[in-house]
Amino acid sequence: MLLKVDNLIVNYGMINAIKDISFEVEKGEIVALIGANGAGKTSTMHAISGLIPSKGTITFNNKEISKIPAHKIVAEGLAQVPEGRRIFASLTVADNILMGAYLRKDKEEIKKDRQHVYDLFPRLYERRHQLAGTLSGGEQQMLAMGRALMSKPKLLLMDEPSMGLSPILVNEIFDIIREVNKEGVTILLVEQNANKALQIADRAYVLETGKITIQGKASEVAANPLVKEAYLG
Amino acid sequence: MEFINQIINGLSTGSMYALVAIGYTMVYGIAKMINFAHGEIIMVGSYIAYVCLAFYGLPIPAAIIISMALTACLGIVTEKVAYKPLRGKGSLDILITAIGVSYLLQNIFLLLFSSSGRTFPNIIPAGNVNVGGLSATYITVITLVVTFICTGLLLLFINKTKIGKAMRAVSEDRQAAQLMGININTTISLTFAIGSGLGAIAGIIYGCKFSLINPYIGAMLGIKAFIAAVMGGIGSVPGAMAGGLMLGVAESLTISYISSDFSDAVVFGILIFVLLVKPAGLFGKNVREKV
Ligand SMILES: Nc1ncnc2c1ncn2[C@@H]1O[C@H](COP(=O)(O)OP(=O)(O)OP(=O)(O)O)[C@@H](O)[C@H]1O
Ligand SMILES: [Mg+2]
Repeated sequence: MLLKVDNLIVNYGMINAIKDISFEVEKGEIVALIGANGAGKTSTMHAISGLIPSKGTITFNNKEISKIPAHKIVAEGLAQVPEGRRIFASLTVADNILMGAYLRKDKEEIKKDRQHVYDLFPRLYERRHQLAGTLSGGEQQMLAMGRALMSKPKLLLMDEPSMGLSPILVNEIFDIIREVNKEGVTILLVEQNANKALQIADRAYVLETGKITIQGKASEVAANPLVKEAYLG
Repeated sequence: MEFINQIINGLSTGSMYALVAIGYTMVYGIAKMINFAHGEIIMVGSYIAYVCLAFYGLPIPAAIIISMALTACLGIVTEKVAYKPLRGKGSLDILITAIGVSYLLQNIFLLLFSSSGRTFPNIIPAGNVNVGGLSATYITVITLVVTFICTGLLLLFINKTKIGKAMRAVSEDRQAAQLMGININTTISLTFAIGSGLGAIAGIIYGCKFSLINPYIGAMLGIKAFIAAVMGGIGSVPGAMAGGLMLGVAESLTISYISSDFSDAVVFGILIFVLLVKPAGLFGKNVREKV
C-alpha cells in the first residue's frame, strides 16, 4: 500500500469537516475521490500534504507522515497539484518549474525531467520566459502539474484539475494524467467532474459531508444508482 | 548648483532610509507582518559597531561584519521568540508585541549606555568630493555607493538565485511554497537576517553621518523608513528604494528651501498624497490588506 489513511479527522475550529474517514491508494493506481462542494475533498488533500493539522494516521510508503511538516513530506515523494492551480504568478514559467525541483540536487536529472515536462506540455516550453501570471487557465493547470512532477513524486495528489477548463482542455489534461500514471506515478484524483474521473480511475471513493459513503471499483461506483443520480446527472 | 547639491544630499540620506525600508518591506512580503521593532534593531547595529570600534579598536571591516552578523542574529532571535508564537494570530497581537520588543531593546541600551549619546568614531574622513561646481561630502558619496551596491546585490539574490526565488514564492503563496518543499521557517529567518543585516549598515551610516548615536535613533529612522516602505508599496523592494530616495530628497529640499521645522510635515504630506493617488503605493501591485 502506497498511501493509507486511517481515521482521518479534520476540524476547523468548531466545524467538523472530515469525520473519521479511512481509505487507501495502491502503487500504480489512479484513485478518484469524488464529492460535491464542501464535501471535504480539499481538506483531505491538505491534511495528507501536511498543510493543515489533522487527527488520525497517514502512512505513506510505510512511513507515518501525519506529524511531519509539509515541506518534508514532499521529500518523501508525495506532491500535490492544489485546487485553483496556485502557481507563482510573479515568477516565470521556467522558475515555477525550478521551484518544483526545489529539494533536488541532481542537476543533470533535473534537466532531463524538465525536458520531459516540456515534452508533455509543449506550450509551457514556448512560454517558459513569460510570467506565470500571464498564462491562461489551462496553461496554468499544465504548469501546476509540470511543477509538481518536477519533485519526482511517487504519489501525485490532484485537486480538481478540470476546474474552469473547456471540455477540450479537460480531455487534454485527463489524457496527460493517464500518461503520467502509465509512467509510474500513482495518482489520487479529486474531482467534481465525476464522469471524467470515474472513466480514468481504477477505484473510487465518494465523500459526502466529511464521510465516505460509497467506495469500490470505478466502474462499480459509476454504475451505482445513487452515484448516477447525484453526481453523473 | 546648490539645488543639485541638495538633491545629492537628499539622495544620500534617502538611500539610508531605503536600506531600512527594505527590511520592513521584505519582512512584510514574507512574514506578512510589520516589524515595528526594526528601527531598534538598527540602533543596536549602530551600537555594536560603536563598541567594536571605540572599545575594542577593531578594524573597520571587522566592525562592520560583526555588527551585521550580530544584528542579523538579533533579527532571527526576535522573530523566533517574539513573533513566531503569534503566527496565525491577529495582527493586533503582533503589533503590540513588536512595540514591546522595541521598548525592550531601547531600554536595554539606555541601561547599558545611558541616554546621553555616544560619539561615533570618525571612520570616514571629513572632506568633499568636488566635480565641476558640485560638491558633496565623502560620507554623502560613500553612503550612496554602499547603498547601491547592497541593494544591487540584494536584487540579484532575490531575482537570480534559487533561494531568492523561493523567497518570492513564499511571499506569494505560503502553502504552495510548502508544497514545493520550501521550509517557511527558514525562509522567514533568512528574511529577518537580511533585513537586520542591511539595517546594521544603515545604523553605521547613521553614526558616520551624524557622529552621535543614542538609544532613540532607531525610533526616528524606523518611522521614516516605514513611511518610505508604505509610499513605495509595502512588499516591494524597488518600491522601498524609490520611497526612501523620494523621502530623503523631499526632506533635504524642504530643509534648505523652506524650513527644517516643516520637513516632517512635508514627509507626511507626500505620504498622504501618494496614498491618495495610488493607495497600494508607487510599486504596489494591488490593494491588499490595510497596513
Ligand atoms: N479554512 C477553513 N476554515 C473553516 N472552514 C473551512 C476551511 N476550509 C474549509 N472549510 C469547511 O470545510 C468543509 C470542507 O471544505 P473543503 O474545501 O475541504 O471542501 P471541498 O470538497 O474541497 O469543496 P469544493 O468542491 O468546493 O472545493 C466546508 O464546509 C468548508 O466550508
Ligand atoms: Mg476543494
